[in-house]
Amino acid sequence: MNDPDRPTSPAEVLARLLGPSGAELSCEECFAQLDRYVELSIAQANPDQQVPGMRAHLEGCPACEEDFRSLRALLESHGGSTSR
Amino acid sequence: MVPATMAMPMTTKIRSGGPSADDSSQLWLERLAPSSPEREAAVVELHALLLSAARFEVNRRRDELPHLRGDDHEDLAQQSADDALMAILRKLDDFRGESRFTTWAYKFALLEAAVKVRQRAWQGREIPLEEEGWAVLADVAAPAQRQAEDAELFGALREEIARGLTARQRDVLVAVTLNEVPIDVLAERLGSTRGALYKTLHDARRNLRAALRERGFQLGAGEE
Repeated sequence: MNDPDRPTSPAEVLARLLGPSGAELSCEECFAQLDRYVELSIAQANPDQQVPGMRAHLEGCPACEEDFRSLRALLESHGGSTSR
Repeated sequence: MVPATMAMPMTTKIRSGGPSADDSSQLWLERLAPSSPEREAAVVELHALLLSAARFEVNRRRDELPHLRGDDHEDLAQQSADDALMAILRKLDDFRGESRFTTWAYKFALLEAAVKVRQRAWQGREIPLEEEGWAVLADVAAPAQRQAEDAELFGALREEIARGLTARQRDVLVAVTLNEVPIDVLAERLGSTRGALYKTLHDARRNLRAALRERGFQLGAGEE
């Protein structure tokens, strides 16, 4: 197999296989907190302190990490404002 | 198009105990209330917002669907907006005012669109065999290219994946992490959910880390 999209770095493969260490949110908890976490991220308001376990989950779950990036990109395309 | 049948939310106020919603979010909730004379107009406006978010996501993922035509992309966006609207109207009571209402609503449309694009991209494709995952491992562990300790670690990993995990854990781990099957696609094929499969993956990873530690491997600072 020589798929160019496949990871070839041992560190990358190891990270995928072993995932994040420590406590992380579940996918359901991640989705429930995603809107808040993204707004905090854009506002640079300590999202990782305010939503513990989210960063680790996003490192371990490619699908939730894509959801995070999509929501952030959408809000940023609207100007990125999180003011109310 | 707005679905004709919609679940009716039972409340329009944000739950007590949470932060108070901004004025715009509170207005959305009031207008979407079953008794509101503006409900129908609010639902139409909300659907338009969801459709714009779904189009945004489908467009971002256009490269994953090179065989689709423009109409197909629009159909996916419309379906995603319809399904997101249904979910939101069912779950209005879950909105706690911790973000803007529109941010909360957008995530439903983006999720629906992302899942639909992944599933369409994998439609008719078989899930790669476990052996293909082993080939990925073998490639990165090739002793001629890597440090001896890497080869030893990957050899131990392969042994532990083969003998230390349940068949279900092994299937999910290899498919998601080595063969890069999207977890939503795997969940659909296995009749499961993203959350349930991620729990299986999490347990498999925890078991692997423990087994490697027991065998004397020191994992990097980021691993423990």
